[in-house]
Amino acid sequence: MKLVNKLAVSAALVSLAFASVTQAGTLDDIRAKGHLQCGVSQGLPGFSNPDQSGNWVGLDVDLCRAVAAAVFGNANKVKYSPLSAKERFTALQSGEVDILSRNTTWTLVRDTALGLNFAGVNYYDGQGFMVRKDLGVTSAKQLAGAAVCVNIGTTTELNMADFFRANNMNYKPVVFEKADEVVAAYDSGRCDVYTTDRSGLAAQRLKLKDPNAHIVLPETISKEPLGPVVRHGDDQWFDIVKWTLYCMVEAEEYGLSSKNVDEMKSKTSNPQIKRHVGTEGDMGKSLGLPNDWCYNVVKQVGNYGESYDKNVGPETSLKLSRGVNAQWTDGGLQYAMPIR
Amino acid sequence: MAADPKQVSADVSVPPSKPAFWNDPAWRAIFFQVLVLVGVVVFAAFLVRNTLHNMESRGISSGFDFLSKTAGFSIGETHFGISYTEENSYGKTFIVGLMNTIWVSMWGVFLATILGFIIGVMRLSTNWLVSKLAMVYIETIRNIPLLLQIFFWYFAILRPLPGPRGSIQLSFPIINFTHLIITVLVSAAAIFLLWWIGVKKRYDADQKAMPLWMLVIASVVTVLIIGNVVSLVTGFGLVAQWNESFFLNNRGLSYPQPIPEEGFAITGWAVAIGVVAAFFVRRWAKKRQDETGEQFPVFLASLGLIIGLPLVIFIFSGLPLHFDYPKLTGFNFTGGSVLTPEFISLLLALSFYTASFIAEIVRAGINAVSHGQTEAARAVGLRANPILRLVIIPQALRVIIPPLTSQYLNLTKNSSLAAAIAYPDIVLVFAGTTLMQTGQAVEIIAMTMAVYLTLSLLISTFMNWYNEKMALVER
Ligand SMILES: N[C@@H](CCC(=O)N[C@@H](CS)C(=O)NCC(=O)O)C(=O)O
Repeated sequence: MKLVNKLAVSAALVSLAFASVTQAGTLDDIRAKGHLQCGVSQGLPGFSNPDQSGNWVGLDVDLCRAVAAAVFGNANKVKYSPLSAKERFTALQSGEVDILSRNTTWTLVRDTALGLNFAGVNYYDGQGFMVRKDLGVTSAKQLAGAAVCVNIGTTTELNMADFFRANNMNYKPVVFEKADEVVAAYDSGRCDVYTTDRSGLAAQRLKLKDPNAHIVLPETISKEPLGPVVRHGDDQWFDIVKWTLYCMVEAEEYGLSSKNVDEMKSKTSNPQIKRHVGTEGDMGKSLGLPNDWCYNVVKQVGNYGESYDKNVGPETSLKLSRGVNAQWTDGGLQYAMPIR
Repeated sequence: MAADPKQVSADVSVPPSKPAFWNDPAWRAIFFQVLVLVGVVVFAAFLVRNTLHNMESRGISSGFDFLSKTAGFSIGETHFGISYTEENSYGKTFIVGLMNTIWVSMWGVFLATILGFIIGVMRLSTNWLVSKLAMVYIETIRNIPLLLQIFFWYFAILRPLPGPRGSIQLSFPIINFTHLIITVLVSAAAIFLLWWIGVKKRYDADQKAMPLWMLVIASVVTVLIIGNVVSLVTGFGLVAQWNESFFLNNRGLSYPQPIPEEGFAITGWAVAIGVVAAFFVRRWAKKRQDETGEQFPVFLASLGLIIGLPLVIFIFSGLPLHFDYPKLTGFNFTGGSVLTPEFISLLLALSFYTASFIAEIVRAGINAVSHGQTEAARAVGLRANPILRLVIIPQALRVIIPPLTSQYLNLTKNSSLAAAIAYPDIVLVFAGTTLMQTGQAVEIIAMTMAVYLTLSLLISTFMNWYNEKMALVER
C-alpha cells in the first residue's frame, strides 16, 4: 500500500520531468483512448463505492458517467482509479486521471497553487465529529484532551486544528493515509473522536461494528463544497465537466428525468427544454460535443435529484436529507447556470 | 627480478613511439569519462528544465517560499523536547518530522545492537537449547517482512488493549529514602560483623568457617530485623506509599516523568565531573600498567565515579527530583509521559527485525577469529574473560563493523514505514501532510530524499571512523 503510493508520487514526478505537457486536447485524448479515466475514492458509500457486483456507484461516480455520456453518448465508457486523499492531486496533475470526482473540497490553494480547476459543487457539505455514545459527550466543545482520528491530506486535518486552536483545547491527532485505517482505528478505540465531512461520517458509520453506538455531534465546523476537479490549462475540458454538472442540475429544475426525457424530447414546445435536449440551438457544438450531449446525460445517468436520491438520499442507508443541496427554487444552493 | 640500473635508464632514455592520442588509453579513458559526465549533466539539466516548465505551464507553484508559511495542522508527537504548535511554519514541520525519524532510528539502533549481540553470542553457545532458541529467533524474524511485523505489533498486540478507563496498571512503591539509608548502613555493619565472627575469627583460629548458606540466612534475618526496628524507632515504614505509575492501554504506555527541581544541576555536574575523572583514571591506569605491569580496577573505579559520586551528591543535596504521575482526566491520561502505540510498534518491529541480522553478523564475526588465537592466548596464560575481551572481541569487531553499518542504514531507511501506522516521521508529516497542503511535491520529495541521504552518510562516516579506530594497527 505504501509502495503503491510511493509509486504514484514518483510516477507523477517522473511524468512531470519527462512529459512535454499536451496543453489542450484532453477531449481528443479521451476520444482516442475510448474511455474516461476517473479518479474516485477507495470506497466511500454513497459517493464512490463498488457495489456487490464490483461496479462503481455513487454521486461522484454518476458525475463521471455523465461526462462519459456527454462525450461518447455512452455512460459506461469510464474506467476508475481509486485514490487515497493523499494521492488524488498528484494523480490528476500527472495526467493519470482525466477528472477527479472524489468528495474533494474546493479551496483557494487547491484551485491555484496546485494547478487545478474546480468545475462546480455536486455536494455542499461541512465537517462534523462522531463519538461513541457512552462517552457522554454532547458538544464538540467538550472534546478537550481527546485523541482524534483523521485522514492525511484532507481539509479535515486543517479544520480540526483550527477548531481546537480557536477553542483553546488540546487534542492528539492520529493521522492515517487510508480512510479504512482511520475508521478501524476509531472503531477499535484508538481515538475518542472521528472527524470528516458530515456526509463522510454518515457513509463511514456504516462500516463500524455497531453503527448505533455512535453519535454525530451537532457542530459543523467548516464549509466543504465537494466537486469535480480538472487540471489547469485546458479550458475546453474544464467547460465540458462544468456544463455536464449544470446539465444534471438544470434537468431537475426543468422537471426532466431519465424516465420522461424521451417523451419530453419529442413532445415539448418549451424552447428551454428543447435547448437542453439538443433539438434546438447548437449548445453541443460550442462545447465540442454532439448536440444531444445533455440528452444522453439525463437519459443514461438521470438528473441531479435522481442521482442524489439513489445514492445518498433519505431512502438510502446514508439517509441524508436534501438540505442545502436542494434546488435554489426550493431554497437550496443547487443553482445551474443557464444552458443557452 | 633484479633490474640492472643501466638497463632501466636505457629504457627511459628511449621512449616507445607515442601512439596517436585517440589511440592512447590514458586519453581515451579521460575522453569517455568526460563524455559520460557531460551526458549525465545534460540529462539532469533536461529533467530539471522540463519539470519546471511543465509545472509552470500547469500553474503548479514551485520554490521554497512555502517553508516559512504557517502550517496550521498539528502533529501527534514530538521528541527531543521540541515544541510545535499549529502556528509554526512548514519548515518547522520538516524539523519535527526529521527529529521523529531520528528518534525512532536512534532507539532502534540501540536496542537492535544490544539484542543482536546477545542473540549472536547465544547462537554460538555450547548449550543446545540456548543456541537452538537463538537460531529459531533468527530464522523466524529475519524471514518475515518488516511491514508485517509492524502490523503485528500494532494491530495484533497493542490495538486490542483496553481503553484508558480500563488500563492495565502497574503500581510502584515510593521508597522512604531516610529509612532506606539508615537500614542499609546498619545492615552493612551487621553483615560485616557476622562475617567477622563467622568466617574471619574462626578461620584465624584454624576452625572451619561457617557454611555459606548459614551466613546468607543469618544476613537476611538480620536485615529484616533491622528494617523493622528502624520502622519502629522512626515511626515510618520503608515504603512510603504505593503509587499507580504505569498505565498500558490502547493509547499507549503512560509512565511517570521525572521532573528535576532546583539544585538538581549539581548532580548533573557531578556526572560530568565523574566522566572526566574516569577518563583520566583510565589513562593513568593504562600508563601505570605499561610501566609497571600492575593492574587497576578501572571499571569499578569508573562506575564509582560516574554513578556512585553523583548518587551520593544527589542524596545529600536533598533528593531534588520528583515524578509527575499520569492521571486519568476526561478522555485520556494527562501528566507523566506517554509512549504511543505507533512509536512502540515501530520501535519493536525495527529492533527485533534488525537484531536478527545483527545476530548473524556477530556470529560470523566471532567465528572469523581463528581458534588458534584462543589457544595462543591460553598458552600465554590468559583466562577466559581476558581472552574474550582482549583477543577475540577486538578481532571480531573488525569483521562485524562494516556489515553492521549497513544494518544501521537499513534500519534508518526502514523507519519510513512509520507512515503505515501513523507514527509522525518525516515521510508522514513532511512528505505527507505538508506535501498535500502545499502541493509542492518536487521540492518536498527532494528534501526528504536529501534527509535520508544525509542521515546515511552521517552514519557511514561515523562507523568508518570507528572502524578505522578498531582496524589492525600494523607496527
Ligand atoms: N473533503 C475533504 C475530505 C475528503 C476525504 O478524503 N475524506 C475521506 C474520509 S470520509 C474519504 O473520503 N475517504 C474515502 C477513501 O479514501 O476511500 C477534502 O477534500 O480534503
